[in-house]
Amino acid sequence: MQARSYPWRLSRGRALLLQGGVLLALLALLAWCWHNASLRLAAQGVSSGFGFLQREAGFAIAETPIAWSPADTYLRALGIGLLNTLKVSLPALLLASALGVAVGIALGAQSRLWRRLARGYVESLRNVPLLLQLFVWYGVFSALPPPRQAPQLLPGVFLSGRGLLLPAPLADLRWLWLAGAALLAVGLAWALYRRRWPLPVLLPLPPLAAVGSWWALGAPPLWSLPVLGGFNFHGGLLLSPEFAALGCGLAFYSASYIAEIVRGGIDAVPAGQREAGLALGLRRAELMRLIVLPQALRVMLPPLAGQYLSLIKNSSLAVAIGYPDLVSIANTAINQTGQAISGILLIMLAYLSVSLVVAALMAWWNRRLLQRGEA
Amino acid sequence: MRRPRPFDVLALLLLAAAGWALWGWAVREAVWAGDAAACRAAGGACWAFIGEKWRLMLFGLYPPAEQWRAALAVLLSVAFVAACVRWRRAWPLGWLGLLALDYALLAGGFLGLSAVPVAQWGGLPLTLLLTVSGVGGGLPLALLLALGRRSRLPLLRLLAGGYIELIRGVPLVSVLFMAAVMFPLLLPPGWVLGKLLSTQLALALFVAAYLAEAIRGGLQAIAYGQYEAAAALGMRHGTALATVILPQALRIALPALTGIAIGTFKDTSLVVIIGLFDLMTATRAALGDPRWLGFSLEAYLFAALVYGVLSWSLSLAGRQLEKR
Repeated sequence: MQARSYPWRLSRGRALLLQGGVLLALLALLAWCWHNASLRLAAQGVSSGFGFLQREAGFAIAETPIAWSPADTYLRALGIGLLNTLKVSLPALLLASALGVAVGIALGAQSRLWRRLARGYVESLRNVPLLLQLFVWYGVFSALPPPRQAPQLLPGVFLSGRGLLLPAPLADLRWLWLAGAALLAVGLAWALYRRRWPLPVLLPLPPLAAVGSWWALGAPPLWSLPVLGGFNFHGGLLLSPEFAALGCGLAFYSASYIAEIVRGGIDAVPAGQREAGLALGLRRAELMRLIVLPQALRVMLPPLAGQYLSLIKNSSLAVAIGYPDLVSIANTAINQTGQAISGILLIMLAYLSVSLVVAALMAWWNRRLLQRGEA
Repeated sequence: MRRPRPFDVLALLLLAAAGWALWGWAVREAVWAGDAAACRAAGGACWAFIGEKWRLMLFGLYPPAEQWRAALAVLLSVAFVAACVRWRRAWPLGWLGLLALDYALLAGGFLGLSAVPVAQWGGLPLTLLLTVSGVGGGLPLALLLALGRRSRLPLLRLLAGGYIELIRGVPLVSVLFMAAVMFPLLLPPGWVLGKLLSTQLALALFVAAYLAEAIRGGLQAIAYGQYEAAAALGMRHGTALATVILPQALRIALPALTGIAIGTFKDTSLVVIIGLFDLMTATRAALGDPRWLGFSLEAYLFAALVYGVLSWSLSLAGRQLEKR
């Protein structure tokens, strides 16, 4: 790795001695901790290990993406926790990225007003703990009016204190037809885009194809709309106040960090690139989309990967507002069974695997970007 | 100057509308003094609530008669940061003195100061104490980890790298839970580690992994000639590290280190989850008073202001420190 030899030499014997000493000290510490833990666990009558995972959990979970009853095992409860973590992290990632890019562009805008506004957003969100922001969001979402007075934002979209209601797609095979038609239209649009057809003509093609094939199928009902009946809603998709608060809190907080990354990336694009684009007669929006952002993306990707990872890790703050994510369910399991060591190990294992997958995906994207630049 | 565009006008209008609404809520219709009934009757913000509860939020359950000690501990921390800007060499070791002073002031029990049990410490002094012990306590471990990760001895590299990646891969919440439920298990029967102490230990262990990566960045930026020059002057390895390499590496790493310190300051709010009485928990406790229900926005704004002003000053101090 290093071409030149290091000025200080350590004799082979000393190197071995040093490493052996460190290893021995570490092993001794671990053995001591292990010994103490086994003494304490024996006193409490808890047998450590992972056997408890197959036992009946016996607690209720507020939000379950897959079927759940208290008679199910701890293993399934932890699985639900992991799914809930991913369920809130992925939409928050998308929202944070979109918002972060917009604010990041505004940070470098020509207009001083927009620059100031964006700077104000970034500074005020970055300097306040995420947890505090989550409490505020949770307060807002749970203070919304009860279902009977809930305002309807769009047809089928309600804001109520029980949660945010959206139309939900029904499980229906005819969705496949629509998806197929839309995919075909995307392929066609891509081919035409290569032949320099204008985007405003091409972009409506896929949605038009989907709506057209829906019409051709006889306009069947494919959505379940929330309907007010009695004191609550029926049908539709209910996003709980906890989910909405956690998602919004994570997204708006991370967006302030992503905005700085985007601004840094844009600043790193040489001014000559913009000038060349302007000289070619590109408009500002085209300049941003075709010249600046693609080059800025290469600078942005490594720090962006770190930001995505920290968003996923921050989703563990869920426990403070009662959203049943992995850490909060594992914590309940630890409190019930006393299996502290196994529980903590499982949490760490789960987050490490998620981190590794995200890191690998981002590294793959980074490699692709760099390769495309060299061609 | 360029011609204003429709978007600018729109933003200006929206800003003016938002400003007017905020003015109405926070100033025109606000209640500055009185009780909860007066607040409920008015439509605006209830600053009377803050007037009633600021002591609880800032100092927790610390005895009111001894409150000046808690306030002095906060002032000392602020003064420490300011002193670091003036005397740059002070920070790597000065935090130890600060920690000792803060501890002594809060605990008391000497020179006629009455003793205050740890369970009554709370609010902003506790938040700052956690921050100082997290960053300061993490620093020595971080130095070892950063040097270990760049070592030519494979075992040290493996251990340091493994520790750093493991800690950076898991959320702080899980490390705090570990401190709360696992640390007590690892000690011999009969030994008790207080909640505050085990949280401080966990924070230091967590922050060290992040600090180590920042320091490693600084070490990597040192030109190789610096090592050769130190060796040519006949310095031993340790002397070269302490007098030539590390001072430069720490200076290069300073912006990243400041960022981590600010992050730690904000992250101490997570101790809410394990029930330590810091600024965040104290704010929540103030909200729980049944006579004053429903003024959470005011309380959170107040807490946000305290956090915001302090972390903003910290970043300002960091920038000043870089300039010198």
